[in-house]
Amino acid sequence: MFGINQNCEIALPDTYYTLEDYQSNIPRWCPGCGDNSILTAVQRLCRDEQLAPEKTVFVSGIGCSSRLPHYMGTYGFHGLHGRALPIAEGVKIRRPDLNVFVNMGDGDCCSIGTAHWIHAVRYNMNMTVMLHDNEIYGLTKMQASPTSPQGLVTNTTPKGSYLKPIKPLSVTLGISNVSFVAQVAEWMPELMFEIIKKAYYHKGFSFIRIVQRCPHFTPHVFDDLMNPDSALLLQHEDGLSSSETMLKTYKEQEIHDPSNIDRARELADIDDVLPVGILYRNENIEVYDETRRRQRFVTHKMRKDALETQFDKFLIEPVSGGNGHA
Amino acid sequence: MDKVDTLAKNAPDQTGEKKKVIIKEHIIEIVSDAGEGAQKAGQSFGGISAKAGNGIWTVEIIPAEIQPPPRSKAGGSGNRIRVGSFYITNAGDEADLVVAFNEQSLLGRFESGNLKPDAIVLLEDKWRNHADPDIKKMYRDAIDDLKKTPLRIYEVPMEKECLKIVQNAQRGKNMWALGMLCSVYSRDLESARNEIRLTFAKKGEKVIKPNIDLLESGFQWAEENLDFKFEIPSAGITKPQIVINGNTAIALGVVASGMDVCAMYPITPATSASHFLSEIFENVGGVVHQAEDEIAAAAFAVGASYAGKCAVTITSGPGLALKTEVLGLASMAEIPLVLVDVQRGGPSTGLPTKVEQGDLLMSLFHTHGDAPKIVMAPATIEDCFYAPVTARKIAETFRMPVYILSDANLATGQQPFAKPEFKEEWVAPPFDQSPVPDGKQPYDWDEETGLSTRIIPGQPGGMHTVTGLAHSRQSKVAYEPWTNQEGMENRSKKLAAFQKTLQTPKVNGDDKGDILIVGWGSTKGVIEEAVNIARDQGYSVSSLHIKYLQPMASGIKEIMQRFKKVITVEINYSDSYKDKIFDENNRRYANLALLLRARYLVDVDCWSNVYGQPIKPHSILDLIKERSE
Ligand SMILES: Cc1ncc(C[n+]2csc(CCOP(=O)(O)OP(=O)(O)O)c2C)c(N)n1
Ligand code: SF4
Ligand SMILES: [Mg+2]
Repeated sequence: MFGINQNCEIALPDTYYTLEDYQSNIPRWCPGCGDNSILTAVQRLCRDEQLAPEKTVFVSGIGCSSRLPHYMGTYGFHGLHGRALPIAEGVKIRRPDLNVFVNMGDGDCCSIGTAHWIHAVRYNMNMTVMLHDNEIYGLTKMQASPTSPQGLVTNTTPKGSYLKPIKPLSVTLGISNVSFVAQVAEWMPELMFEIIKKAYYHKGFSFIRIVQRCPHFTPHVFDDLMNPDSALLLQHEDGLSSSETMLKTYKEQEIHDPSNIDRARELADIDDVLPVGILYRNENIEVYDETRRRQRFVTHKMRKDALETQFDKFLIEPVSGGNGHA
Repeated sequence: MDKVDTLAKNAPDQTGEKKKVIIKEHIIEIVSDAGEGAQKAGQSFGGISAKAGNGIWTVEIIPAEIQPPPRSKAGGSGNRIRVGSFYITNAGDEADLVVAFNEQSLLGRFESGNLKPDAIVLLEDKWRNHADPDIKKMYRDAIDDLKKTPLRIYEVPMEKECLKIVQNAQRGKNMWALGMLCSVYSRDLESARNEIRLTFAKKGEKVIKPNIDLLESGFQWAEENLDFKFEIPSAGITKPQIVINGNTAIALGVVASGMDVCAMYPITPATSASHFLSEIFENVGGVVHQAEDEIAAAAFAVGASYAGKCAVTITSGPGLALKTEVLGLASMAEIPLVLVDVQRGGPSTGLPTKVEQGDLLMSLFHTHGDAPKIVMAPATIEDCFYAPVTARKIAETFRMPVYILSDANLATGQQPFAKPEFKEEWVAPPFDQSPVPDGKQPYDWDEETGLSTRIIPGQPGGMHTVTGLAHSRQSKVAYEPWTNQEGMENRSKKLAAFQKTLQTPKVNGDDKGDILIVGWGSTKGVIEEAVNIARDQGYSVSSLHIKYLQPMASGIKEIMQRFKKVITVEINYSDSYKDKIFDENNRRYANLALLLRARYLVDVDCWSNVYGQPIKPHSILDLIKERSE
């Protein structure tokens, strides 16, 4: 974006942030772990959109995926298992000027943090939220997750997991105030980048389920989905318009208007193919951090007056008698 | 002045003028079914008395349920008002006079030992000829029984008189009763009218007028029909004061501190602080966020603190339990946070509306691992106002959570105190957004104090990721064994550095003697009152009140060593030394006693109970007498 077109007449900002500016520690994920591609995508987004590193915060929970902030050159908050969202909400209410991103695992978001997830959708605060869904607990070494496919053999379900998985998209689309829902797989880097970018520019809570490989524990769960024919590419002039290559690779396509929530819910419910793209978007939903926008500059005088008004309600004027007990 | 309770049963003298008995103090209770407004009447009477220059302490009598069955002993709701010619610090002993809207509420207070044996009872008489024969019988039986006791019962036609003014006596009887009390205690009627105007200011003249009519009617009725009258002379007030309860004081303290994010989840008895804050906070740029649960509330507050000024979260015991993990994170990542715990009876759902001081040890130790935090406990309503101001400052300076342990006693207790004069230095300065100098680290722990300056998002050059994982000065995940040790040491040093700023608490009474009573939190007033009475009676006893529970000031051990016996008085559970099954090897001590024993190797005894009621001065007096033998 910036700094590319030398003939551009716009005065360029003094600082141009390169990819290295968004990199920090060397990632410690397993080789081939899908979290690496997600990291690359967000770093590229920051660079392309020239997000000031000091004005950008990545908040996460606990899990392999939640290590992501440590690898960013921005500010970060590696919080508690399940609690990334309320922490991010606190950051945003205090600092609407910051770009807030949230990274969570499927255990983080869809199990221990479920209550926060539901309510975060309802608050609809301005933030970009990535669910790294590897359908397994990675960090704690392969236990069933609420999104694990039924029958998956894990350390806690040696005979195969018992329950049907929760559907993160269906749940999200069922909550009032839902304003942006998208899905992609990390092995589709170009598409993932485009979707994260749309999510970033969406006003409100943008929720992206990113299907993420965990080659270490569940190398084959996504074998079927990785076949390009298993993807259903959602296209629309108000949604994503993909490149020629994308259109060639992903032949299953559907023109889907992201304002159509009924179709979005149907798509979210489909089991055998993976709809990728923007399922739902609505920019006209109230944003909690704007509804609750605080008056920024409170002078000492204003504070003193506010207190005095209250004190007056409960005031006792001096009275003679006794020896006084003020 | 001391002619307390000397009035004869039939007070009017020959001239027909009522004799006005001058008294030093009285404890008045007013009880009704929930929703009949006894609480409002009691608060108003407290306000009128305070404005007349009396010392007061009011405390709510609260049933556990919102709509308890009517006319039930446990369902009585109302107010206790202690009024005196001196500064009053607690709810006192048994009541001298009670206004009851039905005989069951009265029995509830009588049977739980809250009334003096010869208390004056002003009782609604409409039940005497009630249409329902069961109710009629219940009432008559109760009165017959009570008349056998020394109680001085006056049956009062409250409903009948109210119906002369309003159609529904249930809404309004409270103001009629207030009028009656104003007559009994020789209050200025105009100041009572003003109190009503203030109470119903928002509702307008349509509501104010009938309430004033009721007030005047109650006043007039008492003037004509009651044969006694008291006066409690003013204690005098030299400077303007305000009279509020502890939760309102905390909310105002939050405003005064400059904190502007409060995240909470409703829980009794803490919620009213957030209610009050919600009303006024936005005027000063504040937000009260009602989160989906206490974990979220704490995490929200931590997120807000992390990104700027310190935030506050307000809760009670069960909520504190849920916030535990987040508080460990705040301690570990050195994020300032103010936590208010308005304690209630525990464990589990316990006694939701009743007083207890059972969260002290929890506050110190609930997080897993070593997570230093500062714990302070206000002792008065005035303390409740200043606590958030102080706590905010400490939290930001020492980068750690500060707990304020209030309780149900302070939450609903009202007491006047000098009107605070706002000071700019109370307010948090704007947070730093300047570039971070090269080489400065997120945890630049000072070698001596462990202190470091926070780097806040928005500061160029300061980018780092805070984490609850063990971390280095750069906030990098610790992989070497010594990094964790270093971090722990530095976080602990901060507590020690803070401790150096604390002053030794002052002993009430002689600084050596036979017995030292030690307390913390809301019991200061009652302990000191009892100790001072005992001292007047010649007992060698003093008291010590501890405001900072973690860390504790220096000098406490030396004070305790100068007494033969040290006993804590607390409102929480401990095993009684009188029960044979408990001995040195298994006896469980009250919260503060355990802490003092552990820290100071002093043989501290304890006296505590969990009746869910404020401690009465005479029970501490009895304790002093018993242990002095
Ligand atoms: C309160 C709490 N309970 C349990 C854990 C242990 N724990 C850490 S991460 C995790 C689950 C990780 O799975 P997921 O959220 O899917 O993230 P992933 O590692 O797969 O990216 C668990 C159970 C914890 N850290 N905290
Ligand atoms: S265990 Fe799985 S999710 Fe975790 S780093 Fe390795 S590959 Fe990634
Ligand atoms: Mg996972």
